[in-house]
Amino acid sequence: MGRYVIRRLLQMIPVFIGATFLIFVMVYALGDPVSALFGDRGPDPATAKALREEFNLDHPLWQQYLLYMGKIFSGDFGTAFNGQPVTELMERAFPISFRLALVALTFEIVLGIVLGVVTGLRRGRSLDTTVLILTLVVIAVPTFVLGTTGQFFLGVEAGWIDPAVSPDARLDELIVPGLILALVSLAYVTRLTRTSVAENTRADYIRTAIAKGLPRRRVTVRHLLRNSLIPVVTYLGADIGTLMAGAIVTERIFNIQGVGYQLYQGILRQNSPTVVGFVVVLVLIFLLANLLVDLLYAVLDPRIRYA
Amino acid sequence: MPDQQSDKTPFGAQEVAAAKGLTAGTATAPETTAARSLWTDAWHDLRRNPVFIVSALLILFLVVISLWPGLIASRDPQRCQLGRSLEGPSAGHWFGFDTQGCDVYTRTVYGARASITVGLCATLGVAVLGAVVGGLAGFIGGFWDTLLSRLTDVFFGIPLVLGAIVFLSMITLTGIWPVVLVIAALSWPQIARISRGSVITAKQNDYVQAARALGASNSRMLLRHILPNAVAPVIVMATIMLGTFIALEATLSYLGVGLRPPTVSWGVDISAASDGMQFRNAPHILLYPAAALSLTVLAFIMLGDAVRDALDPKLR
Amino acid sequence: MRRSIRLTSAVAGLTVIVAAATACGGGDDSGGGGGGGMIRASWGDPQHPLEPANTNEVQGGKVLDMIFRGLKRYDPETGEAKDEMAESIETDDQQNFTVTIEDGWTFSDGTPVTAASYVDAWNYGAHIENAQVASYFFQFIDGYDEVHPAEEDAEATADTLSGLRVLDDHTFTVRLSEPFSLWPETLGYAAYAPLPRAFFDDHDAWLAKPIGNGPYEIESYQRSQSMTLVRYEGFKGKDAAQNDGVELRVYTDNNTAYTDLQAGNLDLIDDVPASQLQNAQNDLGDRYINQPAGIIQTVSFPLYEDAWEGEDGAALRRGLSMAINREEITSRIFHDTRTPASDFTSPVLGDAGGYEEGLCGEACTYDPDRAKQLIEEAGGLPDGRITLTSNVDTGSHRQWMDAVCNSINNALDDTGACTVNPVPTFADFRNQVTGREMTGMFRTGWQMDYPLIQNFLQPLYYTDASSNDSVYRSEEFDRLVDEANSEADEAEAVNTFREAERVLVEDLPAIPLWYQNGTAGHSERLENVKLNPFSVPVFTEIKVS
Repeated sequence: MGRYVIRRLLQMIPVFIGATFLIFVMVYALGDPVSALFGDRGPDPATAKALREEFNLDHPLWQQYLLYMGKIFSGDFGTAFNGQPVTELMERAFPISFRLALVALTFEIVLGIVLGVVTGLRRGRSLDTTVLILTLVVIAVPTFVLGTTGQFFLGVEAGWIDPAVSPDARLDELIVPGLILALVSLAYVTRLTRTSVAENTRADYIRTAIAKGLPRRRVTVRHLLRNSLIPVVTYLGADIGTLMAGAIVTERIFNIQGVGYQLYQGILRQNSPTVVGFVVVLVLIFLLANLLVDLLYAVLDPRIRYA
Repeated sequence: MPDQQSDKTPFGAQEVAAAKGLTAGTATAPETTAARSLWTDAWHDLRRNPVFIVSALLILFLVVISLWPGLIASRDPQRCQLGRSLEGPSAGHWFGFDTQGCDVYTRTVYGARASITVGLCATLGVAVLGAVVGGLAGFIGGFWDTLLSRLTDVFFGIPLVLGAIVFLSMITLTGIWPVVLVIAALSWPQIARISRGSVITAKQNDYVQAARALGASNSRMLLRHILPNAVAPVIVMATIMLGTFIALEATLSYLGVGLRPPTVSWGVDISAASDGMQFRNAPHILLYPAAALSLTVLAFIMLGDAVRDALDPKLR
Repeated sequence: MRRSIRLTSAVAGLTVIVAAATACGGGDDSGGGGGGGMIRASWGDPQHPLEPANTNEVQGGKVLDMIFRGLKRYDPETGEAKDEMAESIETDDQQNFTVTIEDGWTFSDGTPVTAASYVDAWNYGAHIENAQVASYFFQFIDGYDEVHPAEEDAEATADTLSGLRVLDDHTFTVRLSEPFSLWPETLGYAAYAPLPRAFFDDHDAWLAKPIGNGPYEIESYQRSQSMTLVRYEGFKGKDAAQNDGVELRVYTDNNTAYTDLQAGNLDLIDDVPASQLQNAQNDLGDRYINQPAGIIQTVSFPLYEDAWEGEDGAALRRGLSMAINREEITSRIFHDTRTPASDFTSPVLGDAGGYEEGLCGEACTYDPDRAKQLIEEAGGLPDGRITLTSNVDTGSHRQWMDAVCNSINNALDDTGACTVNPVPTFADFRNQVTGREMTGMFRTGWQMDYPLIQNFLQPLYYTDASSNDSVYRSEEFDRLVDEANSEADEAEAVNTFREAERVLVEDLPAIPLWYQNGTAGHSERLENVKLNPFSVPVFTEIKVS
């Protein structure tokens, strides 16, 4: 087990290098970012050149990459175009996005699994249908509409929340944004759990457990749920990344300057230090989350072993 | 490890043939043989399932509309009169007009083609690619699992917006296919993870171990024993993804890299209605394309449910 | 939709249960920063470090306008350039100027503002090594070519502008490279602000908390989050702040700022989001401000392409211009926050300043039949089709682009004639424009640097000018502009510029679409909220009750 974890951690190195290079090439492919800095006015060549030098954009791609990687290992992730060090942006954005993702994940786990189990046990009943309809709404109505509508009613009409989250982004402020962010994933989690539960209710070991006269609750939680969770856990593990990086719309609505926002800005302004820096950290988070998921497999299904 | 010998037994050969018949896309596997395969059983079940029939009819209807929108809409979706901007429903214009003064009904009907093509093809692409990569990684394990899984991680790291802008602005092709390609290329890791997890679990089942002990070939175990038991989560994911892909297409269009006018799609109309919060004053412009999208997703969710049930031998 | 609302509120209902428990506690403390006479205003993250000569967009400009006062200031109402720190700016030949500044001004760190504060600041802004995006403002000063060579690979051959000389603490002289009668009028722009020694001595510390000589001083600054400005008690100018200060809060989306204003967490939002315009009138009543600003939106043509050359090209452009129903688009899409344009300048210049309603005449008037006729006579659109290109990552460009194309298509009775060509990023769009890769119409917009007719014409249409995106060349136009610049009398100069503008109406290198207004909304706590011609709120005059 310990060796397995170490091996997995070592695998992060090639992935890290591969991902940074890939992203670096992609941002580079977007083209020259400098002329946009001049607004609607044509760039004057000399100033543009000075700016390119400042951001190392005057070297060929491979040199830029090596320069960048060299700096990363000394902890320097470069500078955004507005003069802020990327590390400073990351220090601010990641904790906020992490909290937001945590809130969303909690909703997914609690609400998604409960709804999934209940609908899976009572397929075709009215609650099942209601959840199905809500699922359709969540899929067909854009997050933006659900988010702004929720914000308007809760923030302006009812006055229960502040429409904008403060720069500290405390946990209690993130409850509504977290729910909005979780909505689509909630649909996945609910339906995955539902299917898994429905499938396993007919498994032999459940029949055996019931025949043994075990209490219903115990059968559901210890036997049914545990065996139904593998696809759900896989999904949740993969979703952590999406929740952190893909919260662009939710972050915009609630004025949260998280990872999604910074990444999006970085891409639109073609600022490779920002984009590469953020993606690198994200990839590391994916890797850790996946490792965790793989380890959880062994907990949920004792037949799975890692050497 | 690959044991071709076992195929020599008559029984094994039959089964593999039946399974191959299905993977090639024909649902009507030979029924002449006495032992019907799981897949033919499933098809037999499906034909009697009312949920399947309803969803199939609904999908058929959507496909027909996609192919020949002129059947139920006689106007030109591009003919817009700004003067009628945001007018509500009226006789002859049942769904009202959008911001640009285009007829919402006509646009909803014409939007079906692009939306369903993008949704269906991207989902198929993602499901196939994801299931193959994830399934193989989970089934083979060891070095290949490591390689495929880490490759998945790298792909997972690419932000969708970045990937889409880079690929779509470099490809000079326009139209639906580049959009389908980009969505599929950037979304498969999710399915790959799920199917890898499912295959790893299914692999542990007693009957798989038994089949292996009996000397079943790899492909036979995969197709006959593991796949049917691992496919449910993929189906569930795919049916929901279908809907999110239709919406994703709109996001790409709004970034300026998706479908281009004169292509009409639900996604574009939905995001046009949400952009600028137009829906606050004229809800109809959001409602109809969103309802059409919901109906499509509903049809596929029902279909997915029916197929999953049919594949579950425990239900018989 | 009623159904859909019910469903959304059902979802929201779930939220409510969870939120109610915790959120109530967080509801009221956010107003804390706005206590007393402080104004809580929306802000956007400046795109560049906050240096005077490195700021070319409104959000950074907003702060500079509060913490700096230069030689001149544009009157917030009329836009007229009035002496601020300047006691006098004298010239005999429109080329050599003697500037005398008022005595007694200090920066908020207590150091005096001297002639050297100006000369050092301008030398810094102009020098190539400092890579300031607005250094072109100093291009008129003699010696600019030496400190800021035009060629990409040339090195600076001087450290300072040879045209600037400090005579004593309160006087300096400026020599321009050629006569420019209206030059003193440009001095209200932020790039010309004076800088304290602290800027040069400890640059990083200054950037972390800029120091200026304006009516406000910065109390605290959290980058890309918020900035608190308080009244600078040592301010020497006429427009001392009427309130205790301003708290600027960064919003990544104006819609959120608008919702926050409605919820009572914010006092002032400038630039009401396009999406809310329709509601703003109802939501805010007379607390909604919609007034002209010095911004004009145009559509330009690639005159470097064969298809747009010659007389046929001009006729095509005229036809396309006449096919656009500006009235309908400004009212339906923009809810009257744009005004149909009928010249190449802006109403904020006023008639004396060079604005002339209807100067564009028939060419800017909607007439679909005549439009169709003109285009057919010119041989039809190139290949029968035309595209309209713009970036779509900022502003709601998509909507008006669709509307313009539909208008053209309806006039030509061909739904496939005009299609929009969205470009994902502004950078990509600008690269395509400056790389001369356009084939059809493309979006061009101009926000004035200073309220002079010169600024609306010369940088955009003079041969090889910095923003001449359509690559327009007209000897006639260039000659008239040169003539106007060396005119000693201001009114004469304006008239000559107007003549130059008439050349544009004939050639139509670009077609005027609409003048953009500035919009704002404020809470009931505020009184006397106004926007200046640059669509920035006049913070000093706001009263807080």
